[in-house]
Amino acid sequence: MTLTQRLRGIDWISAALWVFRAVIIILVIVGTVRKLFLGVGTQYTTQDWLDFISSGLSQGGLYALIALGYTMVYGVLFMINFAHGEFFMSGALTSTMLVASTLSRSGFMNEQPIIYLVIVTVAAVLTSMAVALLTERVAYRPLRRAPRLVPLITAIGASFFWQYFFRGLFGSEIKPFPVPAILEGWITIAGITFLKVRFVTLVASLIALILLYLFIMKTKTGKAIRAVAEDKDVATLMGIDVDRTIAMTFAVGAGMAGIAAILWALVFRQAHFYMGFVPGIKAFTAAVLGGIGSIPGAALGGLFLGLIEAVGPPLFLEGLGIPAAHQLKDVTAFTLLVLILIFRPQGIIGERLAEKKA
Amino acid sequence: MSILELNDVHAYYGKIHALKGVSLTVEKGEIVSLIGGNGAGKTTTLRTICALMRPTVGSVTFNGENLERYKPSALTAKGIAMVPEGRGVFARMTVLENLEMGAFHRKDKEIGDDIDRIYELFPRLKERRTQLAGTMSGGEQQMLAMGRAMMSRPSLLLLDEPSMGLAPVLVEAIFSTIVDINKQGTTVLLVEQNALMALNIADRGYVLQTGAIALSDSAKALQQNEMVQKVYLGIE
Repeated sequence: MTLTQRLRGIDWISAALWVFRAVIIILVIVGTVRKLFLGVGTQYTTQDWLDFISSGLSQGGLYALIALGYTMVYGVLFMINFAHGEFFMSGALTSTMLVASTLSRSGFMNEQPIIYLVIVTVAAVLTSMAVALLTERVAYRPLRRAPRLVPLITAIGASFFWQYFFRGLFGSEIKPFPVPAILEGWITIAGITFLKVRFVTLVASLIALILLYLFIMKTKTGKAIRAVAEDKDVATLMGIDVDRTIAMTFAVGAGMAGIAAILWALVFRQAHFYMGFVPGIKAFTAAVLGGIGSIPGAALGGLFLGLIEAVGPPLFLEGLGIPAAHQLKDVTAFTLLVLILIFRPQGIIGERLAEKKA
Repeated sequence: MSILELNDVHAYYGKIHALKGVSLTVEKGEIVSLIGGNGAGKTTTLRTICALMRPTVGSVTFNGENLERYKPSALTAKGIAMVPEGRGVFARMTVLENLEMGAFHRKDKEIGDDIDRIYELFPRLKERRTQLAGTMSGGEQQMLAMGRAMMSRPSLLLLDEPSMGLAPVLVEAIFSTIVDINKQGTTVLLVEQNALMALNIADRGYVLQTGAIALSDSAKALQQNEMVQKVYLGIE
């Protein structure tokens, strides 16, 4: 085939997409080159760059933990659970109001910081799980056989319900989250200095991700979840109670969100009724980025999103001469979502849907 | 007492009246074949027995007990196993994991021994035990689906079109395994479009037409029946 024939075969939409792709790549490269070699914008030291990377990765770990809930529920129900951000919020807020503030006022927090962290985390995990199980039972299970749009709309409704429920319960002001003194300051490992709380967040989320992966791959319940994700009728024939397994999936995903909620509160030192929205949308982005339905995908997508958000603005946006680029991290994240949806809808390691539904 | 008895079962898919009063019995130790064309209601009958669908009228009794009050997931523990149409292996799980899923309700210590027994029955599965089931051939997947069903130690095994899409040599092998399984004490209800093979190994047979039993007799008598020969065996 000659070149002209090949060119004629390309329709104008895919040509436009190719141009779009090229423009994005060129912008990123030009921005990066101008930043690194031509010294455009603020000058950063190596330590600054390491800060961007480490805070990006630890933020990414949080996205990954939350993204698991989206991806696991999508795996078993083919539904985007838009109330998942609220499971996250409910854990953080309830634990802050009922447990953390009491323990910090009594002085227990700084006497026994480790036990304090365990208690607040358990409280958050249990709250998130309870909220998730209730939502699943009341709002989603009755709609199991409804068209797929119906539970999606219901999820948005459930999300609003929980936001205003917790606002009514705890008030609408921002609540400070007490952070134990041992997590203040910096820590130096292998010559690299990290903010302590960022380091703890990254390590804790990586451990949680690995434990979850082992749970899904090795335990009987994990295998039941995978079986239900593949074929509900056949799973039933194996003697698996599908409804219970779906509830279990919600509970496990919400438990991960509960862990993320406390880590999030440690980093940002606050909790409020609206705090679930942005992390929820970001984690959904991470899940799509990695390939929705895939657990390693959610983990990778989360870490990648956190990294791009933290490093992207100072690197290529500043390099393009955009002022106050650090405020544009959300723009970076959602641009990435749009790009992924256009160019690689199955995500980084996701499988093609046609194969899965066949 | 029959191991399985369907009494005037009616079932619907939405408004479609798929089963219009199906009655059949399976005695302990038998191989019973249910033959019929496309859309006759064969798969629906099996789904109704497994409680994946509930009859709107009529009853399904297993060992004299009405299955109505059991959850579908509880039937495996009662001794009913099914190899679904199209095999239904878990494609993204390994062969070994698929076999373990068959024993999901069991808590005893003999699961490992049973897996070895399945490997003896189907040596191919042993070679492929760490392979993802979705990467295997149709025949291997059929073996896996049968092995997995046997892992629940069923007293009644339901097979939905085990010959579908398989080469004739494999069909022979699968059917001789069905006979072996039956000889070891498992009752078999076999749904087939391949009426010739199905009636060859069966003790009795039913012919299902448009949601109702059209004929029932011993397998030998059905093979001699003029209508069966003409419609299902292709003998003029």
